[in-house]
Amino acid sequence: MVLFLLLFLAPLGYAAYLSLFRERLIGGTAFVGLDNYAQALSDPQFLHGVGRVALFFVVQVPVMLLLALAFALALDSGLLRLARVIRLGVFVPYAVPSVVAALMWGYLYGPDFGPFAQLGRELSLPVPDFLSDGWMLGSLANIVTWEFVGYNMIILYAALRTVPEELYEAAAVDGAGAWRIAWSIKLPALRPALMLTLLFSVIGSFQLFNEPKLLMNIAPDVISSSYTANLYAYTLAFTGQQVNYAATVSFLLGLVIVIASYAVLLTANRRRTS
Amino acid sequence: MTTTTTTPTATVAEPTRPAPATPPGRRRRAARHSTPLTIAMLAALAYFLLPLLWLLIASTKSTQDLFNSFGLWFSHTPQLLTNVKATFAQDDGVFVRWLVNTVLYAGVSAVGAALLAAAGGYGFAKFRFRGDRTAFNLVLGAVMVPTTALAIPTYLLFARAGLVNTPWAVVLPSLVNPFGLYLMRIYAQDAVPDSVLEAARIDGAGEARIFFRIALRLLGPGLVTVLLFTLVATWNNYFLPLIMLNDPDLYPITVGLSSWAAQAQNGGAGASSDMLALVVTGSLLSIVPLVVAFLLLQRYWQSGLAAGGVKQ
Repeated sequence: MVLFLLLFLAPLGYAAYLSLFRERLIGGTAFVGLDNYAQALSDPQFLHGVGRVALFFVVQVPVMLLLALAFALALDSGLLRLARVIRLGVFVPYAVPSVVAALMWGYLYGPDFGPFAQLGRELSLPVPDFLSDGWMLGSLANIVTWEFVGYNMIILYAALRTVPEELYEAAAVDGAGAWRIAWSIKLPALRPALMLTLLFSVIGSFQLFNEPKLLMNIAPDVISSSYTANLYAYTLAFTGQQVNYAATVSFLLGLVIVIASYAVLLTANRRRTS
Repeated sequence: MTTTTTTPTATVAEPTRPAPATPPGRRRRAARHSTPLTIAMLAALAYFLLPLLWLLIASTKSTQDLFNSFGLWFSHTPQLLTNVKATFAQDDGVFVRWLVNTVLYAGVSAVGAALLAAAGGYGFAKFRFRGDRTAFNLVLGAVMVPTTALAIPTYLLFARAGLVNTPWAVVLPSLVNPFGLYLMRIYAQDAVPDSVLEAARIDGAGEARIFFRIALRLLGPGLVTVLLFTLVATWNNYFLPLIMLNDPDLYPITVGLSSWAAQAQNGGAGASSDMLALVVTGSLLSIVPLVVAFLLLQRYWQSGLAAGGVKQ
């Protein structure tokens, strides 16, 4: 508990403290109250970064969770041959570090020796430039989806395994088909697990950092140093040396995530009572 | 959320439409398989595995061959061993150092985090103390606060304390795992019966002894789950070591590889262009241990997750 306080609340408090000061060229640091926050909230780079990850969240997370749900239901239905192989294969990408995943997909997307571009040249078909401005967010979304569908699938699948067998038997006696069982028994049983995966996804997508940071190497013109909010905070702290402002941006980003998480929880709970 | 609860049937229905069309008479068979569904799933499986196959194939090529041969097939002169040797030899064998560092950081963090989560979860589950609800709610709130948003403030704090650029800077933040604590609390409620604790107390065992001798044994499976997840999280962590360390000899594999990748990209010609094959081979080598561990420890990550997914 003490360690928890030290390592968790101390940085939080320190960030809040730092965010109230600003380094002046003359006279060292001065207390500026909420000025940094005002600056951040009117800073187009920060707002764009947050907007970009919000868009990413709205598009990528539903796709990822629906895929995970489809896999989990398919595995649980007992209709599959090779179920074990499929379960493991879908889950394996989770064991791949996101750094490696981003490097690998970056090369796959690449115009020089990426298989897509190679195939396109062989068949003289136009292949989109995955690393261009218009495609980049989609390409990033694909990397993250590839990494985490399996992980979310396992959470959902584990939850499905805990549904008591008697329920299915009773439903079968009542004449419910496979679809009806999936809809009326499995989905309600999955609700808590779905909430969990959704929460993790909120937290994950708003913090998006590793993948864009690595793709910056191969597409420096597309991914700016403020492409995502987190990348911006990193840039501010380590290349801009604006420690106080970086702390402000980190703190605000944390706040955005907490608000988004609670919004997700609240909408889910309201649905349950209605 | 509305979309998630109304569309699943539609999305699942598409590849599997023939399945419900089987005549009712055949439904009674115990082991019925749906070939269309299996084929659809195998197609999806290809999406998950092809990139890894590409990585394996690309690791057998020289940088020249990467450009000159088709990505999903071997070149005429496979040289996996040459690449592996070159990877280990680059920069005086720094790659091995990175691997050792990663194993150390991930191992220490995972064991420490699992033990702390177990102790905390057990404490919350079995003891009542002033403000325990508030404390637990704090932990739940902590699950929501992103680690990465905390990383920069933590760095600034550690810079003050002189911990930056030491292994501690990577290990200490990884020890705190609010979600693990939450899982362990749920697990401890069922796995450690109160009657056992009472019996031990009557026999005169101290609380510390009860925890280490009795509770930890009962918490075993849950402990392994938290251990595994922390292990993967630390092994794959990039942001934290990236900001905390600037000595290449202390890098874990992720930071090391990304520094090589940056070098390979900046060169484009001359000495650094050979780096490309090393980055690809190094990537392959870095995922082998984890994938193997995963295959061997499958049983555990399933059972433990089930506990977390059921309760609200």
